[in-house]
Amino acid sequence: MDEAGGVRRKRGFGRGRAFAGDAQSGAWYPRWFWPSFTSPAIAWQSIFFVGSMYMILAVAFGAVDIFRNPVPVVQPWYWDFSRLTETVGQILSSDGLYRPIYVRTVVYVGIASSACLVIGYAVAYFVAFHAGRRRALFVVLIVAPIWISYVMRMYAWQGLLLEDGLMNRLLLFLPWMNHPVNWLDGRSVTVILGLGYGYLPYLILPVFAQLSRVEPMLLQAAGDLGAGRVQTFIRVTLPQSKQGVMAGLVIITLPMMGDYFTNTMLSGSPRTMMVGNIIDDSVNLPGLGATGAIVALSLVLLLFVPMLLYMRATRTAASAL
Amino acid sequence: MNTDPSTATLPRRSWTSAAGPVGRVLRYVNDPWRRRWGFESIVWVYIAWSLFPVLIAVLFSFNAGRSRTAWQGFSLRWWFEDPVESLLHNPDLRRAVIQSLKLSLSAVVIAVPLGTLFAIGIDRWRGRVASTAQFGVLFAFVVPEIVLALGLFHVFTRVTENVVPRGTLAQIIGVVTWQIAYPVIIVRARLLSIGREYEEAAMDLGASPVAAVRRVLLPLLVPAILVSAGIVFADSLDNFVTVRYLSADATSEPVSVKIYTASRQAPSPAVNAAGTTLLTISLSGVGLAFLAQRLSAGGWRGRGRGGRNVRRRRKSPLSKRGLPLPEAAPGEGEPI
Repeated sequence: MDEAGGVRRKRGFGRGRAFAGDAQSGAWYPRWFWPSFTSPAIAWQSIFFVGSMYMILAVAFGAVDIFRNPVPVVQPWYWDFSRLTETVGQILSSDGLYRPIYVRTVVYVGIASSACLVIGYAVAYFVAFHAGRRRALFVVLIVAPIWISYVMRMYAWQGLLLEDGLMNRLLLFLPWMNHPVNWLDGRSVTVILGLGYGYLPYLILPVFAQLSRVEPMLLQAAGDLGAGRVQTFIRVTLPQSKQGVMAGLVIITLPMMGDYFTNTMLSGSPRTMMVGNIIDDSVNLPGLGATGAIVALSLVLLLFVPMLLYMRATRTAASAL
Repeated sequence: MNTDPSTATLPRRSWTSAAGPVGRVLRYVNDPWRRRWGFESIVWVYIAWSLFPVLIAVLFSFNAGRSRTAWQGFSLRWWFEDPVESLLHNPDLRRAVIQSLKLSLSAVVIAVPLGTLFAIGIDRWRGRVASTAQFGVLFAFVVPEIVLALGLFHVFTRVTENVVPRGTLAQIIGVVTWQIAYPVIIVRARLLSIGREYEEAAMDLGASPVAAVRRVLLPLLVPAILVSAGIVFADSLDNFVTVRYLSADATSEPVSVKIYTASRQAPSPAVNAAGTTLLTISLSGVGLAFLAQRLSAGGWRGRGRGGRNVRRRRKSPLSKRGLPLPEAAPGEGEPI
């Protein structure tokens, strides 16, 4: 894609030029021609995306009415930052209310995405190099969960993990299991399993896309030059798949950090509360409007670098579709 | 011990050239082209693990009893036989399915044209304003969905509550804001692989800029537009976070929200049936879109993609002045 863009730019469709074609082609566009194509989407996103982002600021630094519902304040010069210092204190101070929730979220996301990476890389590797003629079949089966609603998939797990569900029934066959485990009463294991299960397919896609670009001839060359299979993997395959791994990790960690429904559906206990749950509570309960907005802002700040990486990664993902 | 210096430096080869069953096994293990049965079975275990829970949930929509865990026989009770609680007769669930379809079809109708036009415009319009606009559109896509949903919730609850309150219209707006990036990314990738030559040729032959876009560029973009329509459709159908915050009450909740709410109470298998319905629609929507894309891109052999094809076409001796090979153009025989 880059090559194509580069070629085109070199041919001199410079910025601000009214003429879009080369001299002999005679093709020209009015200066406003191409910008006018973008204007509907720009208008839409300026109103609704920029508007809603601004509204988060207006609520975070706004006032509250007598029912403790947030009253957004649009003018920055009237903004009240007392809730900000309070909430940031709760996040950062060692005995803060929200600190354990942030720590837990990072730990959950860390464990779940590492597990996703190990499993996802192996699966992507197999499909890219060893699936042979059945590659299309594997790709379809691996991509299928992406198009099944996340909520539906968590609901499915909930059914399996119920006290009299299939999971316990299978586990009770084990000699040392005497009584069923209540998986859904607020266990970190269950939430991490849910997160991993839910987001894993999104990681496989970019990793697979990157691995399929590795030239098989390079692997053969490495073998011919005396590298064993392990060495070939570490020194040839792995470095070439780095971009896909980064993309995959970013694509799954961003939504995981803001996830609240995995937790409510598979645990529902405050013991496994995540950052997303604070935001969700601020929508459902009175008095937390500003807190929720500040937590949302903290999430954007925390994830700003991964978000920029994601924007680059979307190109990788787009070519895999 | 092999003393021949030419093979002594490569001990591996001498092992694998051993005669007898040991050599055969070693040759098999070292054969880079052999089938990796162990590896393959791990992948199959993964695939089973990723699909099995959903299949069980689908299966239990056909359960004769109310249980989600004990199989009580096959019946269509929760689909349409039960006069009160089945998916067909429960107004709550039926409405939810219709609401899901309404939202996702509206999202396709709005987001795909907006995104396609944006992709075309941004591909040709360069400069600081253009790159800012592109950054903005893509940023909306990478922000965690809950942040966007929270902002939209406050907008529709506290600012526009008298004009556009939370409800179907607000949900459509929210989903479009979230989905608009898909057509932008996909159509843009296709534009990069098409290049500009067709359009220029059309204009050399006297087409106006608008006609060149409408009659040359748009037909070339059809595969990408179809794919993005399929993706936007399926993804909006499954949308949960945005749509939940923007629903006004139980009547504007789509299936995803119903499943979520039901999962925290005592769900009946009719909820599984609703989920199964959506799953079927979503998968067939994507499937159809990709099928249509392949057909409209002119055959089954993976044309109509960006990426590597671009390089190959540009370097091909058949393509003078970087013109793509004629096979890449759908409807090439038609007069332009």
